[in-house]
Amino acid sequence: MTVFPRIALTVLVAAPVLAGVACRRPPATPPGPAVNQDSIDAENARRDSLARLEQMRQDELARERARRDSIANAGSRRDQMLEAARETIRNPVYFEFDRSDLSPEDQARLDAKIPILNANASLRIRAAGHTDSRGSDEYNLALGQRRAAAAKRYLTQHGIDASRIETVSFGEERPAAQGGDESAFAQNRRTEFEIIAGGDNIVVPSGP
Amino acid sequence: MTLSNSLRASLALALLLPAVPALAQDTTSNRGVRIGLSYQLGGRPGVYIAPVTGPAGDSVRAILQRDLDNGDRVTIVGSDSAGLALAPLIRGTTPSYEIFARLGAAALVVATQTPTGLRVALHDVAARKVAGARNFALPAFSSAREWRAALHAVSDEVEQWITGTRGIAATRIAFSRGGRLFIIDSDGWGETAAGGSAPALSPGWHPNGQRLVYSVLGEAGSRIMVLELSGGANRALVSRGGLNITPVYSPDGMTVLFSSGAEDGTDLHAVPASGGAPRRVTVGRGTDNVSPSYSPDGRRVAFTSGRSGHPEVYIMDADGTGAELLTPFAFGDQYYRSNPDWSPDGRSVAFQSQVAGQFQVMTISLRDRSVKQHTSESTNEDPSWAPDGRHLVFTSSRTGVKQLWVLDTETGRVRQLTRTGGARLAAWSPRLAGR
Repeated sequence: MTVFPRIALTVLVAAPVLAGVACRRPPATPPGPAVNQDSIDAENARRDSLARLEQMRQDELARERARRDSIANAGSRRDQMLEAARETIRNPVYFEFDRSDLSPEDQARLDAKIPILNANASLRIRAAGHTDSRGSDEYNLALGQRRAAAAKRYLTQHGIDASRIETVSFGEERPAAQGGDESAFAQNRRTEFEIIAGGDNIVVPSGP
Repeated sequence: MTLSNSLRASLALALLLPAVPALAQDTTSNRGVRIGLSYQLGGRPGVYIAPVTGPAGDSVRAILQRDLDNGDRVTIVGSDSAGLALAPLIRGTTPSYEIFARLGAAALVVATQTPTGLRVALHDVAARKVAGARNFALPAFSSAREWRAALHAVSDEVEQWITGTRGIAATRIAFSRGGRLFIIDSDGWGETAAGGSAPALSPGWHPNGQRLVYSVLGEAGSRIMVLELSGGANRALVSRGGLNITPVYSPDGMTVLFSSGAEDGTDLHAVPASGGAPRRVTVGRGTDNVSPSYSPDGRRVAFTSGRSGHPEVYIMDADGTGAELLTPFAFGDQYYRSNPDWSPDGRSVAFQSQVAGQFQVMTISLRDRSVKQHTSESTNEDPSWAPDGRHLVFTSSRTGVKQLWVLDTETGRVRQLTRTGGARLAAWSPRLAGR
């Protein structure tokens, strides 16, 4: 904000007048410069109007900034919802040792994917089955495939077209957690979900 | 191939023994040719390998000694520095047989380098005479891999002279490490990357020893691949989507049997080795059926199946009929048995079985179904038979990392084969006959 030195200007304009008063001479002397109050007022008015213009311009900029911020906030909320939807799709399910059946908790995780898949017909996913490192390397590839297939079967039984879900197995070849304890094993017995098409413009379904 | 033929030809010429015609005709027989050596049958004859003079002499002797030792059918006598001192007892027309007899040697192997390779004479210590001699062609010493392979074939021949059973030195082992295929000589020398696609698993040998079939894991599914070892040509045999794993060649090389599945379990499928449509062999009804292994006559197959609820080893006819449980298990046992490999003599199946949570290598006799446990230290898995039906290569974590080890199933003796960690899923080649 520019500070306008209006008082200082007034003093400067008035200075010769005061000087004239202080150095009053006999009338024969020619008169000093006449103080034209009108021109001072006009000059002040001009500067006031410039200041108001500047103020209006600043206010307009602030409004524009606020408008942009609000749009950005809305966009980021939408991004967050999209990312949450993608996370719901990607959310893995977990299994017991040498098992491929789905627990109620895992079924709930799959249930959460269904409205998103229903609202986005072009969304395609890949279910990748994994195992812990304890079984046979070769048999674990088959077990991983069965885990991927179990997730796919649940989704297709709930109305998702089978052509939208690919399955693949990596057996014990790609552990999510390193280590030889049950905590690592449990994290590795899983089916992961990857979006392979239609993930950029997801329609987030309204309501739960 | 030419080398193998020249070996046989030179054998027929040089080995002037009554048994020679049988050898020239039948190389697949386990009985082979014996030079009627005089020693206690059933025992392990002592063998003294004389120092070999000439530029590569020390290497020749060391390789012959190590090969015969690895074969576990003879006992090497005088392999230490004291053995070198015995050399003068051989030179001259008549070796000092009585001294070698006192050292426990039933046979003396005297190798002499010739312009074309090696001349090997076998002395029968008890009979106090040369039992046989033969010339072997060897490639130039500079081509180490081929030279060693040819020398391993000499070792195998010598082992056959002495014991009647051909050795397994001239073989190699294929395996997977870090998603890549490797091949290593049976004595642990010359480990080399085999090429092909990655990540590669479960190599299996073509019976001609020149080709591997294996599985490669992709982001969208796995495929069955075939890799030519000379030249490195690599092609897909099965790429139909879904899971395609654990391929093996049939003993006649005409068929590849593998496990395949997508959404309804995995079943064994057969595909012509030259390519074509896979045909389903097992009817697993949603269970997993993997890791097949043919019987040596190609008429039966051992495999891992989860049809009883958890994995066990089954055997069936090669057309998929007559499947029966092979490995016994206690009801309620949460552990399992898998990865069978049918022995080349047809008499037993090696497999892995969980004991206290860790896999151990076992064999089961097909005659009386008796089970023998061969390992107990750490985790030991994925056994594969050597062509002699006696040795197994397997993966062991006993050093803290996965390495390949070789086990003599008769004595329990083990030796470490690989030296770089992460080796697994080994497959022992057929006899490679000097290649």
